[in-house]
Amino acid sequence: MADVVLKNVQKSFGRAKVIHGVDLDIRDGEFVVFVGPSGCGKSTLLRLIAGLEDITGGDLFIGGERVNDLAPAKRGIAMVFQSYALYPHMNVYDNMAFGLELAKSSKTEIDAKVREAARLLQIEALLDRKPRQLSGGQRQRVAIGRAIVRDPKVFLFDEPLSNLDAALRVQTRIEIAKLHNDTRATMIYVTHDQVEAMTLADRIVVLNAGRIEQVGTPLELYHHPANLFVAGFIGSPQMNFIECQVAGVGPGEVLVSLPGGGTLSVPVQPDGVEAGEPVTLGIRPDHVRISPEGTLSGRVELVEELGENHLLYVDAGQGRRLTVREPGDARHEAGSTVSVDLARAFCHLFRGTGEALRPRTDVTSPTSPVTSSAA
Amino acid sequence: MTSAVAQGNVPVPQQARGRRSSLTRSRLRSAWLFIAPSLIILALIAGWPLARTIWFSFTDADLNNLSDYEFIGFENYLANYDGEWLGLLTDPDWWQSVWNTVWFTLVSVSIETVLGIIVALILNAAFPGRGIMRAIILIPWAIPTIVSAKMWNWMLHDQFGVINDMLLRVGLIAAPMTWTANADTALWAAVAVDVWKHTSFMALLILAALQMLPQDIYEAAKVDGVSPIRVFFRITLPLIKPALLVAVIFRSLDALRVFDLIYVLTSNSRDTASMSIYARQQLVDFQEVGLGSAASTLIFLIIALIVVITLAAGRMRLGEDPR
Repeated sequence: MADVVLKNVQKSFGRAKVIHGVDLDIRDGEFVVFVGPSGCGKSTLLRLIAGLEDITGGDLFIGGERVNDLAPAKRGIAMVFQSYALYPHMNVYDNMAFGLELAKSSKTEIDAKVREAARLLQIEALLDRKPRQLSGGQRQRVAIGRAIVRDPKVFLFDEPLSNLDAALRVQTRIEIAKLHNDTRATMIYVTHDQVEAMTLADRIVVLNAGRIEQVGTPLELYHHPANLFVAGFIGSPQMNFIECQVAGVGPGEVLVSLPGGGTLSVPVQPDGVEAGEPVTLGIRPDHVRISPEGTLSGRVELVEELGENHLLYVDAGQGRRLTVREPGDARHEAGSTVSVDLARAFCHLFRGTGEALRPRTDVTSPTSPVTSSAA
Repeated sequence: MTSAVAQGNVPVPQQARGRRSSLTRSRLRSAWLFIAPSLIILALIAGWPLARTIWFSFTDADLNNLSDYEFIGFENYLANYDGEWLGLLTDPDWWQSVWNTVWFTLVSVSIETVLGIIVALILNAAFPGRGIMRAIILIPWAIPTIVSAKMWNWMLHDQFGVINDMLLRVGLIAAPMTWTANADTALWAAVAVDVWKHTSFMALLILAALQMLPQDIYEAAKVDGVSPIRVFFRITLPLIKPALLVAVIFRSLDALRVFDLIYVLTSNSRDTASMSIYARQQLVDFQEVGLGSAASTLIFLIIALIVVITLAAGRMRLGEDPR
């Protein structure tokens, strides 16, 4: 068990700088997920922690020890690769035992560890098989088993579920969460799938272009994104963004004029915003409601039925498209005109720099209106 | 349920079983059409000469007059005249040439395999100028054997050779050596030239196999803390074994047929003659087409036997394809 501390960690490949000074404090036993779009540096950051890439600048501490110059095997880590990286010519047992043979463990000790891991992952029946005789899900279990037997201080997962089909992904995700509960080991997990991030993480680190955009618990990120990027990245379907102007500022609220002509009072701390300043209003599809006295109106372009709820894509004019999520079956057809109401308590405001205005303290934990106003 | 029963009762037309559908037949026809040219050419350039050689090995044909010969059965191979055994199988020169060839093949292919692996591992590493190195290493292989044999013959020359000159200057030998004339060193000289020429071929085949290997398992090994030597013997070598076997078979077949290299380096010395040199000598120098053909037929059989053994051993291991 160990904490992982990154201090101004940087990485360049030749002249291309891919990690721009990352500071991060991962606590002992914590499950931290790195998310971000392709090429944001999340995998590189994980490989820096693993020691598969050299750190260009800054310091990395695992369990209080500076490990910048330690070989991967000496860092007390185990890594699960996206491609499983099993030794193709060895059977499952040897795949798991191979790394232990070097650690001068006795044969019986190795055997006990391998069988314990196999029992934990329910792959005891597969120990004699070669990797090519296994399904994708079984291979990934073996890869996880190989990590477990090393008894690492820190588990590193590099998009471990990307190559699995949807059903297996959910199942393996649950097993990884269980593994974390059982071992209480520090885990760092890279994914581009925000559902994995939301469900697994104690804390999520959102990365973009080699920089940390925000670190926080899944709900913190969902309810209080620090900037436009995080707001757009977390949550599916994506948050709606509406360009508008500040019409006025009051204590604990900012009045914005909507493009359709109406105004809306958003309960956020003004923090030096001035009237006339262009801002971006953000609101999640769940918090936009079809209502006769709505502040914006538009034409329904497309309806997507999902069973438990449905999505309406509304063209609000001038190329602005709003996504609306409503419970149950759709009551509007494509082509019909609807007016929508924005739940002001759930609106976010972002300044020109992309930074979010802090929410007013009395509305910090809103509940979803979808459940409260299902009728 | 009812429909299944009904279907089960439908009698299968007898014709449909025996005959292939017209689509299958037309596919078969075009398949034969495509392979016919190569089959015909193979029959003409390989099948016919081979059959003729085997036929001649049972005759007393003479190179002066190939149209006048008699069938003499196995007498070219083994015959008993008045209690004395004669024929190819009793000729110590023939068995000397068989031993020379097998020894040459074993030693040169073994050295080429080890060196080839080393060179391939070096070329597989990323370093500046790797592309040029890969091209340069092929040069010995691209030079015709006759040319490289002649070249080495001069380099190994006892009076004017650069190798004697260098060794004398360094002080490793006291007097010039007659490398190619001395029976003790001549075959080693042939092995050295063969290794010089063919290591790159071996290296390229192995390099191709190395580049097919997945990189992620090497990272996994790094995290596992496996030493580089262990990684080579426990991961790399088992994974390239199929390709390595193919390369070894290729080179062995080539080496078993060795002719030009030894012929140029050591002329007609009996101590160093290979099987091919022996056959040529009987056939051309002594005009004994029958005996020469018998030797050629035996070469064919020996090589075929070795290939079958190697392939059988290889298939056993190739059978458990590591991927």
